[in-house]
Amino acid sequence: MKLTLKVWRQENANKKGSFSTYQLDDVSEHMSFLEMLDVLNEQLIEKKEMPISFDHDCREGICGACSMVINGQPHGPMGGTTTCQLHMRHFKNGDTIVIEPFRAKAFPVVRDLVVDRSAFDRIIQVGGFVSVNTGQAQDANSIPVEKDVASQAFDAATCIGCGACVAACPNASAMLFTSAKVSHLGILPQGQVEAKRRVQAMVKQMDEEGFGNCSNVTACEAECPKGISVENIARMNRAYIGSVLGSETSVS
Amino acid sequence: MKLEGKVPPGSLGEKWTKFKSTVPLVAPNNKRRIEIIVVGTGLAGASAAATLGELGYNVKCFTFHDSPRRAHSIAAQGGINAAKNYQNDGDSVYRLFYDTIKGGDYRSREGNVHRLAEVSRNIIDQAVAQGVPFARDYGGLLDNRSFGGVQVSRTFYARGQTGQQLLIGAYQALSRQIALGSVEMYNRHEMLDIVKVDGKARGIIARNLLTGEIERYAAHCVVLATGGYGNVFYLSTNAMNCNVSAAWRAVRRGALMANPCFTQIHPTCIPVSGDYQSKLTLMSESLRNDGRVWVPKKLEDAKAIREGKKTGLDIKEEDRDYYLERRYPAFGNLVPRDVASRAAKVACDEGLGVSPTGLAVFLDFAAAVQRYGKSAANVQGIHNPDAATITRLGEKVVEEKYGNLFEMYEKITGENPYKMPMKIYPAVHYTMGGLWVDYNLETNVPGLFALGEANFSDHGANRLGASALMQGLADGYFVIPYTIGTFLSNDIRTPKFDPDSEAFMEAEKAVKDRIDQVLNVKGNQSVESFHRRLGKIMWDYCGMSRNADGLRSARQMVVELRKEFYQDVFVPGSNDEYNPELEKALRVADFMEMGEVMILDALNREESCGGHFREEYQTEEGEALRRDDEFAYVAAWEYTGWDDEPVLHKEELMFENVELKTRSYK
Repeated sequence: MKLTLKVWRQENANKKGSFSTYQLDDVSEHMSFLEMLDVLNEQLIEKKEMPISFDHDCREGICGACSMVINGQPHGPMGGTTTCQLHMRHFKNGDTIVIEPFRAKAFPVVRDLVVDRSAFDRIIQVGGFVSVNTGQAQDANSIPVEKDVASQAFDAATCIGCGACVAACPNASAMLFTSAKVSHLGILPQGQVEAKRRVQAMVKQMDEEGFGNCSNVTACEAECPKGISVENIARMNRAYIGSVLGSETSVS
Repeated sequence: MKLEGKVPPGSLGEKWTKFKSTVPLVAPNNKRRIEIIVVGTGLAGASAAATLGELGYNVKCFTFHDSPRRAHSIAAQGGINAAKNYQNDGDSVYRLFYDTIKGGDYRSREGNVHRLAEVSRNIIDQAVAQGVPFARDYGGLLDNRSFGGVQVSRTFYARGQTGQQLLIGAYQALSRQIALGSVEMYNRHEMLDIVKVDGKARGIIARNLLTGEIERYAAHCVVLATGGYGNVFYLSTNAMNCNVSAAWRAVRRGALMANPCFTQIHPTCIPVSGDYQSKLTLMSESLRNDGRVWVPKKLEDAKAIREGKKTGLDIKEEDRDYYLERRYPAFGNLVPRDVASRAAKVACDEGLGVSPTGLAVFLDFAAAVQRYGKSAANVQGIHNPDAATITRLGEKVVEEKYGNLFEMYEKITGENPYKMPMKIYPAVHYTMGGLWVDYNLETNVPGLFALGEANFSDHGANRLGASALMQGLADGYFVIPYTIGTFLSNDIRTPKFDPDSEAFMEAEKAVKDRIDQVLNVKGNQSVESFHRRLGKIMWDYCGMSRNADGLRSARQMVVELRKEFYQDVFVPGSNDEYNPELEKALRVADFMEMGEVMILDALNREESCGGHFREEYQTEEGEALRRDDEFAYVAAWEYTGWDDEPVLHKEELMFENVELKTRSYK
């Protein structure tokens, strides 16, 4: 099939960016979206031009590196799919495809479609863990966890940290990302001891990074490639209020 | 050079315990003065950096990713082995040890493997304490499943995302140390050289990938946890950025590369669909718990399927050849990976392949759907259920077990695997070879350690499923924190090293010169095109089966390709910017040198064992023919210069507890 691509090009964070238009003639429907971009990049290199930079690695939907907005939607039109898993059979001959980076104040552009998502790492660093040094653990089966509870924690823990939730949100809020970690650890018995500190510290860091507030648009859930539920946000709000009111735990 | 494994004396079960009680320690006040560099943040690197930080060392940790959480360990699907014997099915530390030695076709060190089996149990405890949400049964206890090459259920799992959950656990532990200041994290930094001072590894040169700046970092020792070299083959299940450069740069500084020809071809991957293909996707081995592998018995049926005139559903039961069940009745579809892969190749070579390219076999869940459907109907009290009910209930059970894998298959192929049997074919997945290390995980360069897939130590000639996660975490959480003391206890009075000293400046200049060299070729061919050509040579001649003539000509081809690279490669842009093409160029240049050593090793090893199948050495039934009298050794290669022949060093393998037998899964 033949495609017209409008791709965001920006040399670095300090330069102004703009869209460039490219034509591709021989796109196979079996290609993945990133393989289609590989083909375009090979053509650019042949013309001695700079190829389009984009983050990518595992190409099987789990590392969370790929991050682009395709026709207005983070990771493109298919639900529950990362860009690397999106295949060209979902596009038609003659389509024009607009490709942009994830846009958010907290995600500055590095180059073209590559953004800096280290704000997410810093949110985890302030409390997204269980404080257990290597070697301190008791036998694994001495902490029974109800099957459904383990499964709920797992669902929250499948977040790949891609940032699509932020890109989808009109406020560029990171509530879905943060609440997924707060839920994963907060649901499990292992995470109880630090639960109050954790939720306060992570929310505080999230705010300091410049992410916006949540206004219940729920576009984050719709665009999340792993189907992380906004129930996690509700759970985090409950946990946060519970940790602040009538509690002596406080992260200043 | 005499290679000493340094396996402690004593009986097998006591070696590690005694070692731990007698290893020299570094006191807490001295740990504060010692710096350690860890390169890589996969399971091995993240767990090592976190644990060393917890112990009080000053750790600098490097990854080329934008975040430590993206390392390719995250993509491991099926599970992690541990000798917990929670299923009461006869498992034990010894049995996990024995299965691993046998599965590796008797080409690994007994002492190392037994230690791995011992600490496997601690890993599960640690991960659960961190909040890793493993699968559980209704009693709230941990569930297990089976993997290839074993007859017990010892694999712990978190749906099809076990690697992700374990890596996130290690990443969280690492994040905690970063916040505490014991680990300094360098994202988007790629190690480009090792720096040696007086023969010992004392630092690295790294490129800041955002700015292109070449930076010098000093420490008392260096730990490499940089993964395997499967991307030599271009197409593999590895992530796009996985590379051999850190390990290869260590080899260029004197470390030895051990058993590089031992590469694992995984039997169940989604087949190649076209020339544009950038990587291959694995379908977890856990699928072989329930899926049955088959091809048509008749050549004309296979031909009709290839031409699209028939599908797998049109082939009657009696016209199907479930060749693994037929050839290996004891293990059936759960034979080890090397055996399953070769059997698929044999079937396709006979003309029985079922995809348009002829390179695919079926993995069929119809029988499992029926079996689970009947059982589910029974549980729900439905007597004499009709066929549609059985299928519906059965598909639901299969979805619970493998849902995300089936979904992934459908996304990539556009076919529904609940209705049509999956098509699969072997692909490069893992490399058992790697940097030579002793029992302490130290290379022959003092102060340079290698963990996880980057070393060669535990899997011999073939790795069993669900053992990579086990080894990565064993090395990082439970081995290196002890063994690193053997080196560092002699360094407690050594002041910090100066990154402006001569050795560092010399190494920095070498890196800059190398970057200038590839940028200045200004030829006409892309880096990617060289990588593809290298991959094709390696797959055709050094892939699933190898012979002397092919390997000799392949070596020549790789040497010529390398020359052509330095005459005609085109790398756009400059060093002083974010430039992924430059990163790739440096990696591909290293792959081309590594590829040659792999070929040389395959040529030298005149036997068939594990993943290394030499056509000249097979039994009448086509099984691998091992030659223990001549080849029961580790082949460790020393790099001696661009135009010189690498030198082979041998470490004889001693088997004091296990009797060497022909591996049989029949």
